[in-house]
Amino acid sequence: MTTREKILAAVLQNQSPKNPLPDISQFKGYKENAVKTYMETFDSIGGKAFLVEDMNATKTLIRENFDITQRMVTTLPELEDIANLISPTVDPHTFQDVEVAIIQAHLAVAENGAVWLTEQVMGHRILPYICQHLAVVVEANSIVPTLHEAYAQIGEGQYGFGGFIGGPSKTADIEQALVLGAHGPITMTVFVIQPLPISDNLTT
Amino acid sequence: MKPNGTKDHAALAEDFIKDEERVNWHDGSLWWIRQKRDKAAKNIPEWEELREAASQIKSNVISNLHEYLLQFEANLQKNGITVHWADSAQEHNEIVYSILKAKGFTEMVKSKSMLTEECQLNEYLAERGIDVINSDLGEYIQQIDNEPPSHIVLPCIHKRKEEIGELFHEHLGTEKGLSDPTLLTRVARKHLRNIFMTRRAALTGVNFAVAETGEYVVCTNEGNADMGAHLSEVQIASMGIEKIIPQKKHLGVFLRLLARSATGQPITIYSSHFKKPRKGQEMHMILVDAGRSRQLGRADFRDSLKCIKCGACMNTCPVYRKSGGLSYHNTISGPIGAILAPNLDMKRHADLPFASTLCGSCSNVCPVKINIHDQLYKWRQEIVKEGYAANTKALGMKAMSWTLSSPGSYTAAGKAGRWVLKNIPIAINNKLNPWYKGRDMPDGPKESFSEWYEKNKDDKS
Repeated sequence: MTTREKILAAVLQNQSPKNPLPDISQFKGYKENAVKTYMETFDSIGGKAFLVEDMNATKTLIRENFDITQRMVTTLPELEDIANLISPTVDPHTFQDVEVAIIQAHLAVAENGAVWLTEQVMGHRILPYICQHLAVVVEANSIVPTLHEAYAQIGEGQYGFGGFIGGPSKTADIEQALVLGAHGPITMTVFVIQPLPISDNLTT
Repeated sequence: MKPNGTKDHAALAEDFIKDEERVNWHDGSLWWIRQKRDKAAKNIPEWEELREAASQIKSNVISNLHEYLLQFEANLQKNGITVHWADSAQEHNEIVYSILKAKGFTEMVKSKSMLTEECQLNEYLAERGIDVINSDLGEYIQQIDNEPPSHIVLPCIHKRKEEIGELFHEHLGTEKGLSDPTLLTRVARKHLRNIFMTRRAALTGVNFAVAETGEYVVCTNEGNADMGAHLSEVQIASMGIEKIIPQKKHLGVFLRLLARSATGQPITIYSSHFKKPRKGQEMHMILVDAGRSRQLGRADFRDSLKCIKCGACMNTCPVYRKSGGLSYHNTISGPIGAILAPNLDMKRHADLPFASTLCGSCSNVCPVKINIHDQLYKWRQEIVKEGYAANTKALGMKAMSWTLSSPGSYTAAGKAGRWVLKNIPIAINNKLNPWYKGRDMPDGPKESFSEWYEKNKDDKS
């Protein structure tokens, strides 16, 4: 008998009488105020969130907030003039000196401040973890209330790797003192893109 | 590892409580985290419903584990992940070694995994010339101090920053006397980055494994699991077979509960979903039993397999907070460890279910509603029945049983006790009485209830 067969046989023999799965469809949050809740939550976990009108406003803020003389990379063609577009085929170790990485998230979760990224938008799996500072762009209308709506949207997900990232890397292992920037980014900034309503545009 | 020798929990706790200032500080640190947990839980109106759902999902897992394991295995293989099965710690370690050996690797970086601690993987590999570095900061600190983690979420919660500064001075060449947490963390960041950049094999634990999709989720705050995994050529994941959940949507329930219960955070900073190897990378999954299927067969204790390793029961436990995690002489310390350990070795861990006040606080905070204190109580009975209880406890219980079963001796013993407490308290309030340790004995009542009742039974007013 192989180890596999041995373990499976023991499990089959010892498992409890059948218990049904509970219905979890009642769990959901509210879409109202999702943007405001998201931004407040994200700030409370050590991140910095900006509400911006478009990609141009994002660029301005990136220039103001980061050291643009250092290596900046992105997966977004719209940001090519301020950061280098990365190639998906390069050796992951070459990202070690990336100061800022700018990527777009699929969605964000209001209740916990996290953004959902798959390797497709990361460009490379290591990028959001190895950079010194992480900047993420997310559309306001892609902010969902809780993880339940997030997983409903992600579905099975066509990715080899995906992750929720909720703030800068942190540790409190030394006497419970909070330190931002353990192994991953020291800061995380999220730009929430919410175009002004057309009526507002006309009045300005 | 520093040997804990043959000392039991009480003796090891006695070593810890010698330093009263440290005990008060340790107690306070953990209580602070417990309070953060309460605040986070109160922010979720449906918190109790979430706990109930999580518990029911895990009940379903426990009753269908065989099917889910087969489904998970098939999906892992479909995703291009190599699957291994290990019946014991030894077999698990052999598998890890064979994977590294096939590649000719002599170094590995590891993110937090209590399972590999349980298997003593680092020691096993070291004996075979393979160097392993723990990359979680707390675990790294414990590793350079040659000590096991004292808490499953906060491995070095029992250490003062000055002690950590001293370790860094010795091992990383920092200035003597440096104890600032931010500066020390920066030094470790730099040192461990170098490790991540050069190691070609990485091992992680698993928080949740999704049967439906064949992916697994690893939760960290530091990002160390990702740094290791995404830079490696070979990625290994070790998981206990109980870590399975049925469907991906169930992650929504567990990830809402996990970090809030652990540290009061709304979610861990990184919740990474690994599904397929990177191009050019090898991925291995080791499914480990090591006593879990046996615990599954113990009806009274199988619910302990629902544990999602948040550590909430430790943070709230009055015994854990005042005795320190290392006094449990088991990888998983605290209340949950005390119900998991006797399954592994009842004789060796016979003392642990007694290291509890049975106050029930652990069960009240458990995000998957494990009846921890009931199980501790049940283990005590099992251990006494099997003859593994400490002699002092067994004798005490025999004497108690005789006294309680004989009304005459009960009355006499009560009378004698009250007389002694009143007239010669020194006979009880002394170091020979284990009950006097750390607490004052009460003043004896003037009379027993029976005596009071005899006097007052005719008083109709």
